[in-house]
Amino acid sequence: MSSLQSLDIAARSATTLPSPSIRREPHVAKLIDVTSCIGCKACQVACMQWNDLRDAVGDNDGTYDNPRDLTPASWTVMRFSEVEVQAGRLEWLIRKDGCMHCEDPGCLKACPAPGAIVKYANGIVDFISENCIGCGSCVTGCPFDVPRISKKDNKAYKCSLCADRVTVGLEPACVKACPTGAIRFGTKDDMKEFAAHRIVDLNERGYQNAGLYDPPGVGGTHVMYVLQHADQPQLYHGLPADPKISPLVALWKGVVKPLSILAMIGAVAGAFFHYVKVGPLESDDEQAH
Amino acid sequence: METTRYLQRYSDGDRINHWALVILFFCTALSGLSMFHPSLFFLSTLFGGGPWTRILHPFIGVLVFLSFAGMYLRLARDNVWTADDRAWLAGARALLAGRKDVVLPAGRYNAGQKILFWLMAITLAVLLVTGLIFWRPYFAGYFPIGMVRLATVVHSLTAVVLILGIIVHIYAAIWVKGTTRAMTRGVVPESWARHHHPGWAAQMTRDKH
Repeated sequence: MSSLQSLDIAARSATTLPSPSIRREPHVAKLIDVTSCIGCKACQVACMQWNDLRDAVGDNDGTYDNPRDLTPASWTVMRFSEVEVQAGRLEWLIRKDGCMHCEDPGCLKACPAPGAIVKYANGIVDFISENCIGCGSCVTGCPFDVPRISKKDNKAYKCSLCADRVTVGLEPACVKACPTGAIRFGTKDDMKEFAAHRIVDLNERGYQNAGLYDPPGVGGTHVMYVLQHADQPQLYHGLPADPKISPLVALWKGVVKPLSILAMIGAVAGAFFHYVKVGPLESDDEQAH
Repeated sequence: METTRYLQRYSDGDRINHWALVILFFCTALSGLSMFHPSLFFLSTLFGGGPWTRILHPFIGVLVFLSFAGMYLRLARDNVWTADDRAWLAGARALLAGRKDVVLPAGRYNAGQKILFWLMAITLAVLLVTGLIFWRPYFAGYFPIGMVRLATVVHSLTAVVLILGIIVHIYAAIWVKGTTRAMTRGVVPESWARHHHPGWAAQMTRDKH
């Protein structure tokens, strides 16, 4: 999307100095109450409409998932899972999949292009397409398998949490369209409070393991779920139980990157001062002249 | 006055192959480094900006591999490890300390050069394989994400090892006077050869007479 002046930037990819960040903005969050979702896909339609995206017509794989997967033009997809947590009691779990807007975004950490990925002060993680070089490092860094690289322009796309709407005081398009109130938007604190009420309600209705999905492994997320089986998030189309930035990505960006620069500067400096101290190695022939 | 006798160290083909490799190596190294550390991203300007750098880097990388394959065919035989090389390594410390009287046993290549040769062969093979695994948009999609992550970190680490090796290689050429002449002109003075590569000099002069 685009850089929005009224949204301060908390983090910027491949950038070592702080970005403009003098304003104080409350952290926002989208709360998706899976237990109130009826799977109508109004959110998918609203997302397409607001962002002016039209995906190609796909094919049916025997489930209600349509399209089958997230794509550069489908930033959110309803994931339908048929499970039996108790034997003989079928449950149809419907999870709205898309970018989780991690507080510690793996995509941003992995991205080599300055300013191609930003995290605004309100917590929204956004791709700034004109800075994207199409390397796919965001895909490598993401613990949720969200970013998709377009075959048309080789740029990465994902949900922007409607940063353009949020900055002018509107809620994301999916939130506005949801007919059951399963998707809500507000400050992260308010959303947690609302979730707490929902969880009490679910507990009373027999869902002892109902809970909030706000995984601490990625510093919490700005898209949270209320799950009736929060003890088994994998039931919801493989939602990771404890998502973290892969240790390989952390090793790459946290250790190899800084130490390598030091080693290369050290090698050049070492060579230079070796020459200064020892001088050239000449053979007898050259010494004679 | 006695005229300097010269020995042929590199053929025209050797030298063209080597310098093609140098140019290609610098292109991949600089484009790779620009995508490795934010402080070096400005290097992407040399290649037409970020997206062009991302597009060109892997293609040039393949050319580096092919170019080195040419060097490999030319030089592998002379880089086979021998008993003399252990003695060269044992004496290398005195050489590095600036003891000009030290003459260490070496054939066409000394132990240090051989180590660099095999380091290049191994690192370039690793870089080719790991690079293919996360080459977008062509190949990355065929590999599981865990493999892509592993390949990325191994690729970076291997590239740094190779670059460190090349820094040593370039410095050795600057430090040991008369060496660059071998790669620019193809010939070296016999006295230079006797000092730095006594085994090779003996073999070359024996062949002549």
